[in-house]
Amino acid sequence: MSESNRELEPLSDPGLPEHLHRKTDVDPLAAKKAERQVSILFTLSALGTILFVYAYIWIPEDTLIFLPLFNVTNAHQLFLGLGLAMALFFIGLGAVHWAKTLMPDHEVVDYRKEQRSKDEDRAAFVATVKDGAAQAGLGRRPLIKRSLGLALGLVGLSPILLLRDLGPLPENDLNETNWKAGTRLVTDPGDRPIRPSDLEVGGVAQVQPEFPAGKVRHLDDIAQDSVLLIRIRPEEFNLDAERLSWTYEGIIAFSKICSHMGCAVALYEQSTKHLLCPCHQSTFDVTRAAKVIFGPAARPLPQLAITVDNEGYLVAKAPFNEAVGPSFWGRDSG
Amino acid sequence: MSARERIAGGTASFIDERTGAAKWMKKTLTKVFPDHWSFMLGEIVMYSFVILLLSGTFLTFWFDPSMREVEYEGSYEPLNGIKMSAAYASALHISFDIRGGLLMRQIHHWAALIFMAAMVVHMMRVFFTGAFRKPRELNWIIGVALLTLGIVEGFLGYSLPDDLLSGTGIRIAEAIIQAIPVVGSYLSYFIFGGAFPGEMFIQRIYAVHILLIPGIMLALITAHLMLVWYQKHTQYPGPGRTEKNVVGYPLMPVYMAKAGGFFFIVFGVTAFLGAVAQINPIWIYGPYNPGQIGAGSQPDWYMGWLDGLVRAAPPIETHAFGITISWNILIPGLIIPGIIFTLMAFYPFIEQWMTGDKREHHVLDRPRNNPNRTAIGAMSLTFTLVSLINGGNDLLATHFDLAINQIMWFSRIGLIALPPLAFVITKRICLSLQRADREKVLHGRETGRLVMLPHGEFIEVHEPLSPEKAYVLTAHEQLPALEIGEADANGVANPQGLKGKLRARISKASQEQISKPTSKEMLELEDGHH
Amino acid sequence: MGKAVNRFFGFISRYRRHRFAGPLMLLGGLLFAGVGYTVAQAATEEVQVVLSSDKASLISEGKEIFARGCSSCHGLNAEGAGAAPSLIGVGAASVDFQVATGRMPMADMSQQAARKEPVYDERETAALAAYVASLAPGPAAITNEELFWERDGNTAEGGELFRTNCAMCHNLAGQGGALTQGKYAPTVMGVEPRHIYEAMVTGPQAMPVFANSVLTHEEKLSVIKWIKFVETEPSLGGAALGRVGPVTEGAVAFILGLGILIGIAVWLTTKAR
Repeated sequence: MSESNRELEPLSDPGLPEHLHRKTDVDPLAAKKAERQVSILFTLSALGTILFVYAYIWIPEDTLIFLPLFNVTNAHQLFLGLGLAMALFFIGLGAVHWAKTLMPDHEVVDYRKEQRSKDEDRAAFVATVKDGAAQAGLGRRPLIKRSLGLALGLVGLSPILLLRDLGPLPENDLNETNWKAGTRLVTDPGDRPIRPSDLEVGGVAQVQPEFPAGKVRHLDDIAQDSVLLIRIRPEEFNLDAERLSWTYEGIIAFSKICSHMGCAVALYEQSTKHLLCPCHQSTFDVTRAAKVIFGPAARPLPQLAITVDNEGYLVAKAPFNEAVGPSFWGRDSG
Repeated sequence: MSARERIAGGTASFIDERTGAAKWMKKTLTKVFPDHWSFMLGEIVMYSFVILLLSGTFLTFWFDPSMREVEYEGSYEPLNGIKMSAAYASALHISFDIRGGLLMRQIHHWAALIFMAAMVVHMMRVFFTGAFRKPRELNWIIGVALLTLGIVEGFLGYSLPDDLLSGTGIRIAEAIIQAIPVVGSYLSYFIFGGAFPGEMFIQRIYAVHILLIPGIMLALITAHLMLVWYQKHTQYPGPGRTEKNVVGYPLMPVYMAKAGGFFFIVFGVTAFLGAVAQINPIWIYGPYNPGQIGAGSQPDWYMGWLDGLVRAAPPIETHAFGITISWNILIPGLIIPGIIFTLMAFYPFIEQWMTGDKREHHVLDRPRNNPNRTAIGAMSLTFTLVSLINGGNDLLATHFDLAINQIMWFSRIGLIALPPLAFVITKRICLSLQRADREKVLHGRETGRLVMLPHGEFIEVHEPLSPEKAYVLTAHEQLPALEIGEADANGVANPQGLKGKLRARISKASQEQISKPTSKEMLELEDGHH
Repeated sequence: MGKAVNRFFGFISRYRRHRFAGPLMLLGGLLFAGVGYTVAQAATEEVQVVLSSDKASLISEGKEIFARGCSSCHGLNAEGAGAAPSLIGVGAASVDFQVATGRMPMADMSQQAARKEPVYDERETAALAAYVASLAPGPAAITNEELFWERDGNTAEGGELFRTNCAMCHNLAGQGGALTQGKYAPTVMGVEPRHIYEAMVTGPQAMPVFANSVLTHEEKLSVIKWIKFVETEPSLGGAALGRVGPVTEGAVAFILGLGILIGIAVWLTTKAR
């Protein structure tokens, strides 16, 4: 289409516009002035470096100054940074100003050639490849071809196999927490056991399972065990008989690890009895066993059955009856 | 011959006698680069990358990539005695006990944000001007790969200090990995060396963050630049600029001074931000603990749109036969981004398929002259922007007195309804801009001056465009839609069938244009007016 | 007010390393201790006087204010009606928090009572508190002696407690955050320590109660100490950008960072005249 179409173009190309001379090209005074400006910019950069050195050595790191907009800030860091910024910025500004005003500004035309190689080169290339393949004789020796395919296919396995020891297999790990029947609930942080009377209506407590003396609580324990304890008036519960039996005098315990993506869901509104996850805004209704009422979470938070032991402290009645935290392929959600 | 010239000559001959590079160097030093501000966007990206390498190297001198538990005893008193990972402690050490450490940390983080921002805007420039067309499709794909790697690299960097905010991000990433069908929990256990968060993670992502990904990125950036170099830069339409030439400044000395100067300017601005604006104050966030969380936990902006998608996802999971498939994570976390990035990478070929245009292009399109492409771009941007807004819904709620729930519903509906709307509106805008261009060429520019004719009528004076301006407005070519007939010349039904029909319709829609003035019209105009 | 406090602390942090700072502080401290002791002595006596003789009149004054300003919503006997909760048993601490932070009386029936200039002065607030406390026992207002957070609190521990118990709603830097349906957790910056304490004890509005057995008295003081530390902490590393995290940082990177750079690129590529 192109050639015939181009003749029909409404306007012909007027060609490159005439080159206009800059003031600095025709007026030596202007050129001198531009030269001065450039050198001032470079000098400013040098001053920036001096400020940088001064700040590094002589401004103590704990000097605080008050500046509007910043409030109180640390002078060492501020002037160190400003010095560096000046030192770099003005070198750049000077160089660009130099290029713009004093270096030649004639636009130059360069010509392109098509990316595609010439036909004979392409033909020669194809012939070379074909030739080479023929000389190697892969097509004629199927045994080599097949065994090479096998070898190449298998050799890729070894690096994958080598990665095997990156970590253990999950086994049943994701389904288990440190909560056992009779494990005491202790405050997080503080590790103090809790009595039902410690929690007022409208109150919450962040809890962890009590660990036997000597056992250290690691982050991976917290990532599975964290529980939120909430107390409301028992008559406000809207639970089936089994779930109701998992509560104790209006105290209900949920896994704090979001069933969506594992953030800590601890944002409890006592006025609405809703739990909100600050990461993705899944909202759970405490009175209905943490049923999801808004947001992307698809499952209620796992509920921990609780009761009191003979000393009157809150304990788990049983382990969680489902896996806590985000879903995974092998999670049996019934 | 002055001493300086002698030295320069000596150096040149030393190098040439050992490499034979004189011919190549001569060509290189006179290489022509067109000048336009939007061509500097890619430079901002490259310079930010260099800044990231420099500042990042500085940080590695003190950063301890270990999750070993330590008790903090540094100069930041409010964390004294708190148990934390060695990684977090060393990040605090860099911030408070190394002179210039906090500055470098902040420069590194600001440079990362600017790197990603400039990369996205650079990509928008390339997209909307059609710079990705043949022969530059490969470079576009490299660009998409760099964007993907940049997002991952940025996210890993955000995770390294092991503060409460970054740990929360990792927690979410882990949930996405765990949601992968069949192998999810295994992958997660391999990556984390056991149950989340384990004790291996930081040192592993450290290796990936400082070696693996930057290495790949460096290689890709080199290839990207070599292709730009080899294929010569594109240029905007204008008088004297054709498909066969490139008009600009020679590398030596103008372009070198400008580009070199611009590196220092980018570094200077980044250092300025690092000096005056606090970023990621990890000391306030505290060490990571899976049982803790902060309101308004957000990822950096380039991940914000993904987080927004995850927030907007419907609560759907499939439970059957003892397995669980989390659509609420898979769709927004893997499937949609996967589709978006694949479509983006293949867009040059998709466009070729739509228009049937397989020729080389070196002169850029004005976005209005390709309404369909511009509308597709606007549509994608709208989608990303709505999800980005939803990613900050909690902050928008508190700062603009809205409810999270309202914003979420706005986004859920908006993600589906607004992109098509943006497509239609953008296309209409492009077409009316084309109409305005046509009017301008035929009837001149409206000057706003009113003149009263002898019989009392007012008319506005139109000033004819200069030939240069008029040329810019008419230099583009308007391709007709693909002709894929129902039946070919011999009366045989279209062999391509349904697919062909579909392609014909898409092509017709994509080639919708306001026809530019024809040469006949121009001739008539000249006859009539003069 | 908040600004003045900031400036004041700013002044202190500016000069705290001055070489006269030590001796001056010592002198000031001694003076403060002396005067403080005398005043405290007097104050305790005064309080006791109020307790013994004025208590009844305070309650009746409170009842009067209540009838005028509160009963239209909370009912003549504070039994509550509609959206307004019953105030029987909420205690003096709750009244002090709601009234002294200006949340009550509510200006309009919006989603949530916001902090504003208090309507009642200190004495009136005390009277209201005394009246409501007289209806049924509840958490009492905290005395200044109990609220010695500077001495009894531990900043680092407070930070840990804050992150576990408070940050999910009030943000990691205490800047507040969104709750469901347009409700919000307010910022804890610039709040009187007494009111922070009372909020934890009484659980106003959507906030849950943190009983002393769950979050001990000392732990509460630690939380207050940490909050006060964050409030007065210099913005290390430059302007704090509202301390709300990556969203503003991203906006700044685009507008200020990329904006400036594109501006310079435009200058760089225009021809000089």
